[in-house]
Amino acid sequence: MLDKKGIAKRIAQELQDGWYVNLGIGIPTLIANYIPDGMNVEFQSENGILGMGPFPFEGEEDADYINAGKQTVTIKPGGSIFDSATSFAMIRGQHIQLTVLGAMEVAENGDIANWKIPGRMVKGMGGAMDLVASADNIIVAMMHTNKRGASKLLKRCSLPLTGVACVKKVVTNMAVLDIEGGAFILRERAPGVSVEDIQNATDGKLIIEGDVPEMSI
Amino acid sequence: MNKTVKDAASAIQGIKDNMTIMLGGFGLCGIPENCIAELVKAGVKGLTCISNNAGVDEFGLGLLLQQKQIKKMISSYVGENDEFERQMLSGELEVDLIPQGSLASRCQAGGAGVPAFYTPAGFGTEVAHGKEVRYFNGKPHILESALTADFAIVKAWKGDPYGNLIYKGTARNFNPLMAMAGKITIAEVEQLVEPGELDPNFVHTPGIFIQRIFQGDKFEKRIEQRTVRSST
Repeated sequence: MLDKKGIAKRIAQELQDGWYVNLGIGIPTLIANYIPDGMNVEFQSENGILGMGPFPFEGEEDADYINAGKQTVTIKPGGSIFDSATSFAMIRGQHIQLTVLGAMEVAENGDIANWKIPGRMVKGMGGAMDLVASADNIIVAMMHTNKRGASKLLKRCSLPLTGVACVKKVVTNMAVLDIEGGAFILRERAPGVSVEDIQNATDGKLIIEGDVPEMSI
Repeated sequence: MNKTVKDAASAIQGIKDNMTIMLGGFGLCGIPENCIAELVKAGVKGLTCISNNAGVDEFGLGLLLQQKQIKKMISSYVGENDEFERQMLSGELEVDLIPQGSLASRCQAGGAGVPAFYTPAGFGTEVAHGKEVRYFNGKPHILESALTADFAIVKAWKGDPYGNLIYKGTARNFNPLMAMAGKITIAEVEQLVEPGELDPNFVHTPGIFIQRIFQGDKFEKRIEQRTVRSST
């Protein structure tokens, strides 16, 4: 079973040289720590940064430089700053090659829910609806089950949707799965996790083809 | 041309109960904190506030929420604010949550004379309820309308008496878009400089969009999530 860092490490293997990437809050943010050596990837933060750098050194933090999670950040040489409309032009206009975000639920047809639990938690969608509606290449990074042990990979989402039929790949603490033809296709198992474990933790339609390899992290 | 006003109190003259105001900022970054403080003092009520976020409990728009001066919020993300969540779940506060990119474009459209536009964001979700759906290139889009406001209040780094503005870092965010969409737009700046000091090549908001400008007394610029790396 992977921890959150492990999920981030596995997703980092999907990065390609020259890509512009938008990372959501939570597990996706950790991916920036695992960029393969020698690879150039630029991170976009939807509040208006391209070329987002690491956190500042203590004493160098500046209230005017934050990321979409409101954390203090730095800008790398070659980075740029822009307004929110320009930022979402990059996103809706499909200038970003990869979007990684967290989710509360993902359905076998690629629907995603991650912004609201009616009557209990209403924080808002932020940029997530714009991101999932437009991005070609969306990876969801999340735990396979919720805190009560219930599957987050479902036939249909029970929570209000963020986007419809948009997720293509899910990386969890247990598995890597593609979404194709209305089903989760099991591609890889996390170290120490069996196909049966994954079957038991997946409510949506799961397709298992041949031997499913273990991830190499 | 001189749009300079003395201070925040003069700048907010004319903001009355039940008006709609836009406020720039992302989280607490780039918010017009001097005007917000003055609105708390003035005690105007029943406000509809269009702002990406709603501040935190003790700062930003959270200060107006504490005094129950806001009737309705139009935002994309309102976490980090317990009083907000309490007022919303109890029904005291009306809340319209909209996708962040749609919010930005709706403000920009309002300022640019575009009454509505189609976007894919929110199709198939509750955001799309009651909205026209139209397919372009085989993909569904929903019709979103422009937003305008009685007053827009923005915060910039530098400005001049003409209303020309330059923002710093990610404090830019929604400010240039909202600056365009106010019937009256107020700019509070860290530094009010002489005409000619701002290089026209680097002006972000041309002065035409600004009606009133002043230099803020002080900027606390509170940090929501101070994150650093160790120097070793």
